[in-house]
Amino acid sequence: MPYTKRPDGREMDELRPIKAEVGVVPNADGSALFAHGDTLAIAAVYGPKPLHPAHLQKADRGLIRANYNMLPFSVTERARPGPSRRSKEISMVTANALSSVVDLKRFPGTVIDVEILILQANASTRCAGINAAAMALAHAGIVMNEMVSSVSIGKIDDKIVADITKKEEDWTEGEGATDIPFTLTSNTKEITHLQLDGKISTSRMMESYDAAVKACEKIYEYQKRALKGEKIDENVSLKKEE
Amino acid sequence: MNLPNINKKRIESLLSQDKRLDERKLFDYRDIIIETGISGNAEGSARVRIGKTEVIVGVKLGTQTPYTDHEDEGTMITGMEFSPMCGERYEGGPPKINAIETARVVDRGIRESGFIDWKKLCIKEGETVWSVAIDIYCVNDDGNVLDASSIGAVAALMMTRFPVYDEKEEKVKFGEWTNDPLPLTEKVPFAMTIYKVGDKLLADPNREEEDAAKARVTLAISKPGKEYMINSMQKGELDTINGEDLKKILEESEKIYDKIFPELDKQIKSLQK
Repeated sequence: MPYTKRPDGREMDELRPIKAEVGVVPNADGSALFAHGDTLAIAAVYGPKPLHPAHLQKADRGLIRANYNMLPFSVTERARPGPSRRSKEISMVTANALSSVVDLKRFPGTVIDVEILILQANASTRCAGINAAAMALAHAGIVMNEMVSSVSIGKIDDKIVADITKKEEDWTEGEGATDIPFTLTSNTKEITHLQLDGKISTSRMMESYDAAVKACEKIYEYQKRALKGEKIDENVSLKKEE
Repeated sequence: MNLPNINKKRIESLLSQDKRLDERKLFDYRDIIIETGISGNAEGSARVRIGKTEVIVGVKLGTQTPYTDHEDEGTMITGMEFSPMCGERYEGGPPKINAIETARVVDRGIRESGFIDWKKLCIKEGETVWSVAIDIYCVNDDGNVLDASSIGAVAALMMTRFPVYDEKEEKVKFGEWTNDPLPLTEKVPFAMTIYKVGDKLLADPNREEEDAAKARVTLAISKPGKEYMINSMQKGELDTINGEDLKKILEESEKIYDKIFPELDKQIKSLQK
């Protein structure tokens, strides 16, 4: 079966319904929730605060430390609780994705802790986590040069699509599935995070960047609205996945 | 991390007049709000808020070989983590002793009450039984996470439905569900914790009150008939309680049970529909 339409009926460049909200964790300095359809992340920020052990401190700048935690019940078959090689890598790329837009020189010797929980997973969990984390940083009032927004672009068979689901990620027919999560800065469209799994020709790679720019612009609008206090919940029921 | 508790003296002096910082009575709970169905891939899930305290709980079912001393009974495992998200004092890493204690106290209340009909979780005696995994995460700690965890675990279990089990292949088809609920009984265990601050007893402390407490007692109580059955008990923290305290705790626990838990049970049952 060739891939001519998306399993949930979306347009190729259409995002899933979005949920976005700030202030979901009262104790935190900043917090946010972000959902791409049924992929749901919450993030909380604590800091800047003194970094211990002290030998990790940087005299000229602060550090961002991220912790991505996919909860055991967020996936269909229970995931083992606690850190895994996968979660450690995602934590690292998340910290990297956020660090370049935060003015860390202002906070020498400190750390900003970003804690991310994935409550429900249907692909694109790292992107939902980064989107929530970026909002939580802004919500904490931490000085940022610009926002970042994150989206997983896919090449499913020969189509470039935005915000892919598990079903699309697992596509095997035709050219199969390529999963390309991007994180872009809101104004300058710099890439702060890029990963790729699958198979895509160099000639089509720029197409995926263009799709990411378009999708991230939309996501940025949601992030801004939520940061202004709006509670966004587009609980639009999509056509059930076939 | 030990944070200075600047309100401790004030809490204690107010308590000597039977008063609290937020003007509650000694054994009053803050508002308890339960939501269910918070995570669609879990077999059952719930969010419980007690005031600003929030926990989320998910139940996953799987299969395993039974323990040799209970060859026809299902199994249960309860995990709990204070996510570093839930407060300034928490750090990452494997669950620490307070999280382990919370998980074990919640686990015992459920296990000992007979709330789950273990024999109905047997698929093939001696070979395959259902395993129930309860995972509790604290998202925001403003005191009394223990009671919130127990209420959340009960709510999530009451929402749990079985995934499809392929008898021929002898394995679970994860991501496909039946409408069959977990086999539960009327012996619904609810845990409540009474704290001792100075020489006063109180329920449902906020974070500052909990920090000021020197001892606590958790009781998981079910009431299948007319009697209040204590299914598990645990005294926590360093200080002692005396016989008078224990008597008072038992008296108050019955009152708290009647005041709070039938209402919660009703709240959860209305969410089941």
